[in-house]
Amino acid sequence: MSLSLQDVQRIAHLARIRVDEAEAAAYQTQLNGIFGLIEEMQAVDTCGVLPMSHAQDLSQRLRADVVSESDHRAAFQAVAPQVENGLYLVPKVIE
Amino acid sequence: MTDTIKHLSALLVAGKASSVELCQDYLGRIARLNPQLNAFVSVDPDRTLAEAQAADARRAGGNVGIPAGPLTGVPIAHKDIFCAEGWLTTCGSKMLSNFVSPYDAHVIEQFKLAGMPALGKTNMDEFAMGSSNETSYFGPVKNPWDTSRVPGGSSGGSAAAVAGRLCPGATGTDTGGSIRQPAAFTGITGLKPTYGVVSRYGMIAFASSLDQAGPMAQTAEDCACLLNIMAGHDPRDSTSLERDKEDYARDLSLPLAGLKVGLPREFFGAGLTGDTARAVEAAIAQLQKQGAQIVEIGLPNSKLSVAAYYVLAPAEASSNLSRFDGVRYGYRTPEYGNLAEMYEKTRAEGFGPEVKRRIMIGAYVLSHGYYDAYYLQAQKLRRLIAQDFVEAFKVCDLILGPTAPTTAFKLGEKTADPVEMYLSDIYTIAVNLAGLPGMSLPCGFDAQGLPIGMQLIGNYFAEARMLNVAHQYQLATDWHTRAPPLPETSGVRW
Amino acid sequence: MQWETVIGLEVHTQLSTQTKIFSGASTAFGAAPNTQACAVDIALPGVLPVLNRGAVERAIRFGLAIGAKLNRNNVFDRKNYFYPDLPKGYQISQLALPIVEAGELTVLLPSTGSGTAEEKTIRITRAHLEEDAGKSLHEDFHGEDGRPLTGIDLNRAGTPLLEIVSEPDLRSAKEAVAYARALHTLVTWIGICDGNMQEGSFRVDANVSVRPLGQKEYGTRREIKNLNSFKFLEQAINYEVRWQIEQIEDGHRIVQATVLFDPDTGETRMMRSKEDAHDYRYFPDPDLLPVKLDEDWIAQIRAGLPELPRQKQARYVSELGLSAYDASVLTSSKWTADYFEAMLSSAGIAQVKACANWVTGGLAAYLNQMDSSPDLCTVTPQQAASVVKRVADGTINGKIAKEIFDALWKGEGADADQIIEARGLKQVSDSGAIVAIIEEVMAANAKSVEEFRAGKEKAFNALVGQVMKASKGKANPAQVNELLKNKLGAG
Repeated sequence: MSLSLQDVQRIAHLARIRVDEAEAAAYQTQLNGIFGLIEEMQAVDTCGVLPMSHAQDLSQRLRADVVSESDHRAAFQAVAPQVENGLYLVPKVIE
Repeated sequence: MTDTIKHLSALLVAGKASSVELCQDYLGRIARLNPQLNAFVSVDPDRTLAEAQAADARRAGGNVGIPAGPLTGVPIAHKDIFCAEGWLTTCGSKMLSNFVSPYDAHVIEQFKLAGMPALGKTNMDEFAMGSSNETSYFGPVKNPWDTSRVPGGSSGGSAAAVAGRLCPGATGTDTGGSIRQPAAFTGITGLKPTYGVVSRYGMIAFASSLDQAGPMAQTAEDCACLLNIMAGHDPRDSTSLERDKEDYARDLSLPLAGLKVGLPREFFGAGLTGDTARAVEAAIAQLQKQGAQIVEIGLPNSKLSVAAYYVLAPAEASSNLSRFDGVRYGYRTPEYGNLAEMYEKTRAEGFGPEVKRRIMIGAYVLSHGYYDAYYLQAQKLRRLIAQDFVEAFKVCDLILGPTAPTTAFKLGEKTADPVEMYLSDIYTIAVNLAGLPGMSLPCGFDAQGLPIGMQLIGNYFAEARMLNVAHQYQLATDWHTRAPPLPETSGVRW
Repeated sequence: MQWETVIGLEVHTQLSTQTKIFSGASTAFGAAPNTQACAVDIALPGVLPVLNRGAVERAIRFGLAIGAKLNRNNVFDRKNYFYPDLPKGYQISQLALPIVEAGELTVLLPSTGSGTAEEKTIRITRAHLEEDAGKSLHEDFHGEDGRPLTGIDLNRAGTPLLEIVSEPDLRSAKEAVAYARALHTLVTWIGICDGNMQEGSFRVDANVSVRPLGQKEYGTRREIKNLNSFKFLEQAINYEVRWQIEQIEDGHRIVQATVLFDPDTGETRMMRSKEDAHDYRYFPDPDLLPVKLDEDWIAQIRAGLPELPRQKQARYVSELGLSAYDASVLTSSKWTADYFEAMLSSAGIAQVKACANWVTGGLAAYLNQMDSSPDLCTVTPQQAASVVKRVADGTINGKIAKEIFDALWKGEGADADQIIEARGLKQVSDSGAIVAIIEEVMAANAKSVEEFRAGKEKAFNALVGQVMKASKGKANPAQVNELLKNKLGAG
């Protein structure tokens, strides 16, 4: 398979990364190279093989429903790009 | 050897040196040599010395508080992937170039509890994506053995710092070989534990199901001491294993008689250069001399590990790195008209090219219509690869092979071709996919005088056995004692 | 052409846990912005989720209450999209293996004129656990350059939600509302959700389509997002159905889309079409392991379940002899049913109808004045029972009973007897005394007496009213009727 320029722009948009035309062309070449490496796995018959999501076959531990966190807003917002009245600010969201 | 963790610990215990003296010495060395190596991205001498003073006070006793441990006062460096309160924590990225962490990672907490002062934060490939340390926003790290060469990656800063004796030990993380490959390239010892042995809490995620932190030091014995501090259950990480604390140094002195070492034929084929092959073969002969038996094994699916890895790791990374959006912390583009533009420019400017490539691969393999062919298929291959190891460990105790196909390559040599760069992790990746422990230790030098590493792969939770074998090998050899041609790396410092 | 409406609902219920689904931060409503958003909730680099047992427990309780299949092995997935109130850039949810699958809820449909209420069973496809997002506040924030800004409060981020998805089994706005109400009753009944719709604890998305009656295939649906009252749900669906039919009849095609309902205009408007729908890139969350449900735990939760609304309803009809309608009103909330049962146990089983009447009638009317908030109910079931008992034994009549309820509501006495005593409200059943009053009234209202005798039946009622008034309402109405008739007949 091979990625088109439109594919590159589509995934760049999905990933919210601005890519100009020149960059898109470079990414297209590089990503196609990488997919060339990946493609070899398509030849393997994996019929009946269970997908493996985790390194260990364990189950989720559950946390007791007890409040353990206190307010650290001041420390957290000290490293924020833009805040006012305790709120994080972003350009207006238009629905 | 006079600058191992074991030796420094003995000096502190005997009262022959103070932590402040040790830290001052290392800080001085960092100040002199780091401009050349670029191994550290942050140092904060005041903070380090304050921690050293506290360690000395603890050791002096009388003080209320936690009694000193064997490593109290021994300094350590941390890969800049670990969040450390009050420290700039950049993960090698412009995206976090202004991020002062408001909290400590579990690993950092553990070293603080042990009373080990932090010398600084070490350079790394951006978000741990790279095999040469050239993707760092803060510039490449240089290999202390030859500063025109890479130290490997992504824990290249930690590896170069240990090799250059800028610190006695360091933390690293390994997603596809990021502890082992740089350890091999710089002639040090590094261990990636079984997935889940060390908490990932506070370790900035690359590929969550593969990431695992581990120690990097000059010797296997030092690695055992550091792992004793890092390992342990942490309820804040759902994948942290609930196991009793173990002493990873407990088996160091066991003899090797009866040890069955498996050699995967797939690791000794084409692509392995002559010097590396010869050094690994000599190491095998050495172990045989010490009583090990050799069995040939097969890992037939390991050849698929690079392909599977470059689907799974980018998929997880593309999602893990979505939080870097310029809203709550980190870099935000200075110029933007609206929200969409703020996102796209922040991420375009904040991430480097390798990170962006992997995010895009990840977004693609998870996107509608491609999930089954790529992501799901890769997860199935992951199981086949893991099953190979299950079979192999029925006939051997440990698996041995090269850590990397080559020794350290030149800066810039592989940056143009991502695929060639990816293949430098060909022997290490399968271990992460399976979640097994793996380590690299020095086993020789090539014709250019560059270190060669061999890899030991253990069954789940076989860390103590691996460290035992590595330690016994290091008792019989001196590769790990060789220091790079930098000032003051030879001779008695302490 | 005859059109058929097809509706399926997706209901987001906020689970009533103390803490977030993946962090130990409090879920209490109304805190100052971002003070209940911990490191995990704001997605600092390096933080990790750990699942709240309380959220899983509530999901299991729901699954058991709707007779669903509980997936003993269920999995959390990441749903990837960018939005400022979604700090991680993905929402942790369940896609392929939700905790609850294939349940059902039987609802009593509003009667359609014929008088008898009809039942309908709505299939519930699935219910899955997920985390809520934060809140975007679009008030007046402006940058230094005057550009409008949005403020982000992440206190709500990470609040546990159970998203309950129905099959497209609903055929009208009324059915959709009946189902949503029944679901609201159930989740509050079993104590998994506080049901507070103003605070967003119960939010409904409606998937609406229309098709020619008799056609098998579904029409193209549009999804109305985030309806937070039953009234809006009904209005939005009705508007949407009319709009879709008009579009088709005008020769247009319906395009799959997400729409918002504007309560001010009563209209729905498009938010985004399917073309710009998200590609969510779901995949299993590598930070969370599969959730295994232990049989013992399930059994323990099952044993702790209260009698459910439908079971109670059936029992009220079969054991207490109440009408299906009364039974359904009495089981419309846990509070109502508990009140009724406490009152009945105090008043005695013979007073079942009287108790039912009070709870469905008088009490409901009082509560309506108080925004239907049971917290504001000031009359205890035992106090209410004391009134019913005095009506039953003839101490007071129905009219006086109302006065006593009113006094109790205002806190003017401990029980019926105290008020009867204090105000002298005891019913007069002494014929002599009643006859004396009747004679006075007849003397003072000679005209009415004349009219009655001239055949004007209405005049009788006027006279009864005068007698009751003269007795200050205390006269036994049945006796008044009988004695007045006798007097008038006797001439």
